[in-house]
Amino acid sequence: MIKISGLNKTYDNGFEALKNVDLEIKEGEIFALLGPNGAGKTTLISTICGLVEPTSGTITIGGYDHKRDYRKARELIGLVPQEIMLDIFETVWSTMQYARGFFGKKDDPALYEQILKDLSLWDKKDNKIQALSGGMKRRVLIARALTNEPKVLFLDEPTAGVDVELRRGMLEVVKKLKERGTTIILTTHYIEEAEELADRVGIISEGEIKLVEEKESLMKRMGSKTLKINLAEKIDSLPSQIEREGLSLSDDRNSLEYSYKIGANSGITSLLSDLKSANISFEDLDTEQSSLEEIFVNLVNE
Amino acid sequence: MNWIGLWTVYKKEMQRTKRVLFQSIVSPVITTALYFIVFGSAIGSAIAVIDGVSYAQFIVPGLIMMALLQNSFSAASSGIYFPKWIGSIYEMLSAPLSYIEITAGYVLAATTRALLIGIIIYLVALFFTPLPVLHPFWALGFSILVSFVFAMFGFVVGLWANSFEQFNIIPTFVIAPLAFLGGVFYSISMLPPFWQTVTLFNPLVYMINGLRWAFFGITDVHPLWSAIVILIFMTILIGIIAWIFKTGYKLRK
Ligand SMILES: Nc1ncnc2c1ncn2[C@@H]1O[C@H](COP(=O)(O)OP(=O)(O)OP(=O)(O)O)[C@@H](O)[C@H]1O
Ligand SMILES: [Mg+2]
Repeated sequence: MIKISGLNKTYDNGFEALKNVDLEIKEGEIFALLGPNGAGKTTLISTICGLVEPTSGTITIGGYDHKRDYRKARELIGLVPQEIMLDIFETVWSTMQYARGFFGKKDDPALYEQILKDLSLWDKKDNKIQALSGGMKRRVLIARALTNEPKVLFLDEPTAGVDVELRRGMLEVVKKLKERGTTIILTTHYIEEAEELADRVGIISEGEIKLVEEKESLMKRMGSKTLKINLAEKIDSLPSQIEREGLSLSDDRNSLEYSYKIGANSGITSLLSDLKSANISFEDLDTEQSSLEEIFVNLVNE
Repeated sequence: MNWIGLWTVYKKEMQRTKRVLFQSIVSPVITTALYFIVFGSAIGSAIAVIDGVSYAQFIVPGLIMMALLQNSFSAASSGIYFPKWIGSIYEMLSAPLSYIEITAGYVLAATTRALLIGIIIYLVALFFTPLPVLHPFWALGFSILVSFVFAMFGFVVGLWANSFEQFNIIPTFVIAPLAFLGGVFYSISMLPPFWQTVTLFNPLVYMINGLRWAFFGITDVHPLWSAIVILIFMTILIGIIAWIFKTGYKLRK
């Protein structure tokens, strides 16, 4: 759906925000772009959407060059920016009308109604933007981006500052859009969102794409699990015959924690048999999968 | 051409005009009425009739022209400056709109606003003095073209400006003095010969006199020169805008 090759962006002040970015986004997928503050996520999205002029490189959207065929390319796009940049004197409703009008499309009140209801904004439709809360304004940003029925939707931290319940609602909207075949590119600092939604994950740091991978395989490859063993009785220290890499005794000396890489040689079987021969009995076992967040922190720190 | 898009830019700007209509109309109306009371009636009665036109009548085209210049400029400069400033310009930049469509929307809206104010000033002036228009076609033509040119000028300055002060400089320190010195209140033939020559370098002289000619058939410069000067300015501004778009200057980072 989107092909980016050799993309560079150097801002007027000489700062290199994107360094030779190559990226391909598949049709219909949800792609999560993760990276620390200042990594270049917003710059990348803004360049694709025509807010930032690239220094070099090419971008095509749905096969259309984003410069030569900018009209056809942009017709496919909906953009939800990170900052709330709205004309606060307009009402929610007229914001929707103008948004669609800019795309050269005829007014469609039924569509606005559907979108506003999905985003729990229907009762605010006649409010001026200035009379909305921060989280509502953010939802207006999403609502207006849907008025041109985009094939590709860019969400730059859409859930920042939105309360838990509404965040749920927004994630539902995103899932619904995906079911309809919309391609979605999402940036977020809430890793659980990426974990829940994304098909693929891209990690960007200091203007470079560090990694692009299927979420599942990334979690498998990089992920480790932790086995928690609740002991029947406290022990003072780890007996030498069970000591091994990844095994530790918890501070309250009630349980053991063993972290291992997912796969064949996990070492669980030998640990359990060693526990038995050391006469340590346990009440309960529990496993935890490491989150994308840890994977991500590990990668960025590499 | 994305006509609906252009129309949307225009409509949104006109909506903004409606929001500030009161202040954008009341202030020129009060100023005009004051000029009439002070110059037209009080002083004007002491000044001789110029070429068969009373002094009160004489100043009307100049006042209208001054209002057109200032209002088209301010409407377009503030129109483009604010979305740039609050960032809502992203709505247009990420839409399938060309630079021409964005500019045309703003410039035409500013032209409309200036013309509305010009018409209101004309109507207010009618309370003070009869105002027959000798060449209505030219009166309208000059008004539209001058508003259009100064709307483009305002748009360029609004694009370029980085602060509110920057685009307020032009109406206050350039347009107003040049209009006052350009014969709103007097015929330049009343000046000493040296200053007459200097004044001919003031482009606003041609615009003000063009409209005065269209009203009463009297002018300090040939109306053809008025038309030529306006067209020259139009060409220059279209050139500047074309150059800005070729380089993407100040709209896209
Ligand atoms: N207009 C600009 N001029 C100069 N440098 C800029 C400009 N905009 C962004 N930058 C720089 O480019 C880098 C990338 O910024 P960007 O906004 O893309 O980061 P981000 O990944 O979106 O961060 P965040 O998670 O904080 O939103 C930053 O170092 C920033 O300082
Ligand atoms: Mg960002």
